[in-house]
Amino acid sequence: MTEVRIAGVGVTEFGNAPERTGRDLFGDASDDAFADAGVSRSDVESLRYGNFMGELAERQGHQGPLMAEAAGVRAPATRYESACASSSAALRSAVRDVRNGEEDVVLVGGAERMTNLGTAGATEALAIAADELWEVRQGVTFPGAYALMAQAYFDEYGGDRDDLAHVAVKNHEHAIGNELAHYQDPISVDDVLEAPPVSEPLGLYDSCPISDGASALVLVSEAYAEANDVDAPVAVTGSGQGGDDMALQDREYLARTPATNSAAKEAYEDAGIGPGDVDFVEVHDCFTIAEVLALESMGFYETGEGIGAARRGETTAEGDLPVNLSGGLKAKGHPVGATGTAQVAEITKLLRGDHVNSDAVADGTVGLAHNAGGTVASCLVHVVEEVVA
Amino acid sequence: MSADPTGARDEGFDDFVDAVAEGEGYYLECDSGHGSVPPRRVCPDCGGSDLTETPLPDAGELRTYTVTHVATPSFSEDTPYVTAIASFGPVRITGQLREADPEELERGMPVELTTARSATTDRRLLAFDPR
Ligand SMILES: [Zn+2]
Repeated sequence: MTEVRIAGVGVTEFGNAPERTGRDLFGDASDDAFADAGVSRSDVESLRYGNFMGELAERQGHQGPLMAEAAGVRAPATRYESACASSSAALRSAVRDVRNGEEDVVLVGGAERMTNLGTAGATEALAIAADELWEVRQGVTFPGAYALMAQAYFDEYGGDRDDLAHVAVKNHEHAIGNELAHYQDPISVDDVLEAPPVSEPLGLYDSCPISDGASALVLVSEAYAEANDVDAPVAVTGSGQGGDDMALQDREYLARTPATNSAAKEAYEDAGIGPGDVDFVEVHDCFTIAEVLALESMGFYETGEGIGAARRGETTAEGDLPVNLSGGLKAKGHPVGATGTAQVAEITKLLRGDHVNSDAVADGTVGLAHNAGGTVASCLVHVVEEVVA
Repeated sequence: MSADPTGARDEGFDDFVDAVAEGEGYYLECDSGHGSVPPRRVCPDCGGSDLTETPLPDAGELRTYTVTHVATPSFSEDTPYVTAIASFGPVRITGQLREADPEELERGMPVELTTARSATTDRRLLAFDPR
């Protein structure tokens, strides 16, 4: 089985760009990825592209070929949709096809336009990731669904809003100096606690912002990298995917995310590692509680123990397991379809040493990316490692 | 007006809401006694395909809840409103908890299942009343 190398990464600034089209954003991200990779566009054998709400935000379906054109690539192109995990689903398909020898060069990425919908419109668009009949019709929103999980967590295992606030404060702190991040300013625990409620117990600063943006990765086989003298010092060494009941109500435990357990287990086995081998993690913190649930399900904390991790300083840049050194979805932003491959781009830069926070993981060689869809009815985990020469 | 913006009627779900409105809510029970809510072709726990409509217990228990302040346009006139998940025997159902003081919500609180209408759209929804 050939190794899958990351030859180049490109990510646009995440933030407010309501006047820009998706094709414009993805064109920028892929331009940067090709420049970073030093790989010819004409060698690309396929585009795998993630996007969630293109029909609602842009009245644009069939975005695969459209985005191949935007990227300047003449190759078959497919869009992947798995809610907020869309581009990780695209990545998994690419990793598998490079490994099995079907393709040697693949462009993978995603993009999302959200801010042009406004807060109410984006809230409505995000809600379609929930079950329309059993959840949305009763008024469940995306923050509302995570609030139901957060309240269940508090009641089941303890912890409070103050613990969650430390997650937000940490991720904002990490985003300082990350010029691609939506927010690059520090916040305090009081800022989080005093922010307007969105869906109690979650407030505005427990929630990721609504952002526009795009990300792209150029993946190549190890053989292609060697034959073409491509500098690609980082590899995707593990991929896992898990699933769960679509509606929260059908799950046995309301404050656990077993789809993450399954995805992480598969990814660890695939890479031949365990949680103890991981040096740092990018997790899907669409809401502060989501980071807690992810860390527990990936084996870094026992169930019910993860909520104090940020407060205890264990997951900060200086901690034993830095989590979301990019700023996470919380501060970096969450243009849904772009998020998964943006996480992998950030990990790649952290490992290569060209990320603003690379010093925090100077000795690190193993990063983990966790990307979830809906209330984690979909989950993908990828292991990303520095290649030892 | 149809509850579904696309005009569709889901046989499993809408029959269920009709039954709840008549005070005759039910769940689907397989031969092994697992419970689920419609629409189901098979039991999600064991795959059994012989599913029987079994009356829901009258009393449910609040499992989790949230007070939503930022809504989609379909509920903009309803805010703030309480959404909750309550268990009724072997199944759990999502609904809006009406007529309850948000300060007094707590897990385990007894509720009963009913239907209500959105103040924004007048569409029917599943709801809980304190019991
Ligand atoms: Zn069964």
